[in-house]
Amino acid sequence: MGLTGKFEANYVTLKLDQAVNWARKGSLWPMVFGLACCAIEMIAAVASRYDMDRFGAGIFRGSPRQSDLLIVSGTVCRRMAPVIRKVYDQMPEPRYVIAMGSCATSGNFYDTYSVVQGVDRFVPVDIYVPGCPPTPEALLEGLMQLQKQIMKKKVFVKRDEITESTLKDSA
Amino acid sequence: MKPFRIPEGMENGENHVLAQKICRCFPEAYLGATLFRGDLSVHIQREEIVSICRLLRDDADLDFDYPVHITSVDYMGEAERFEVVYEFFSIREKRQIRLKTRVPEDDCCIDSVTGIWQGANYLEREVYDMMGIRFTNHPDLQRILLPDDYDEGYPLRKNFPMQGRGWRDSFDFPH
Repeated sequence: MGLTGKFEANYVTLKLDQAVNWARKGSLWPMVFGLACCAIEMIAAVASRYDMDRFGAGIFRGSPRQSDLLIVSGTVCRRMAPVIRKVYDQMPEPRYVIAMGSCATSGNFYDTYSVVQGVDRFVPVDIYVPGCPPTPEALLEGLMQLQKQIMKKKVFVKRDEITESTLKDSA
Repeated sequence: MKPFRIPEGMENGENHVLAQKICRCFPEAYLGATLFRGDLSVHIQREEIVSICRLLRDDADLDFDYPVHITSVDYMGEAERFEVVYEFFSIREKRQIRLKTRVPEDDCCIDSVTGIWQGANYLEREVYDMMGIRFTNHPDLQRILLPDDYDEGYPLRKNFPMQGRGWRDSFDFPH
């Protein structure tokens, strides 16, 4: 920007969107939602060795009303589906979903009567993390990709520019 | 009654002391016994399942106090299609025994052993849920893993389609 370098060292110039998104991406509150073996890797990603807290997403909440990131980590059985949807619906916006592992992404090899073939069939997913189970590094990469996506969101829109797509972008 | 045939890969277990005891007490219901890597299976008629289980629990020498497992096998195409498999353990004697009994498809039921071991309750419900074998005199015979209103049948039967009949893709909640 043209303003860069024109102020003292203690000042930065940036768009309001960037400031809000920067705050949001650095303060993700994941929901405790371990479903299968992926949950073990997720726990490892939070623990001291990988320390997900470095990315501001280290505090897992037991209540969807206090969280804004749903990490679906494991096989989604059809009987669990309404629970996941309810948890998602109870989370305040802006909210994000990570489908962790092949099962949450596509059902993996559980092509059976009881396993949902991907959590995206009933919940919108932002990031898919491949792996069976993904390593903690992979989950952290997924988290960083999500943070990149969050930085691209448009938060402030002029009233007369509000359309379906701008609403979707800001959520 | 067909003569008892020892399945391939198994040994005859007739000489096992537990098999002989059951044979002595219930000569009518006893069909045969097999050994697989030291594990004894006694094959019996389903009509006597409750009295045999009572013997297993109450006899001081046997003392089987722990129902480890109750499960079922689908031998589709055979005259008596289903096999219910019971596994019991005696904690004091450190001994296990397996009972196997056949159930035909057209009269798909067997007496419940919940009156002998309370712990058989959930095990029998799971067999009912997955294979559709009804346990008479069970105190609470309803589905346990699948939802109560599940209507696609019994998933572990061999003629059940692997992907089910559409339940996994039908989401009857707002989404």
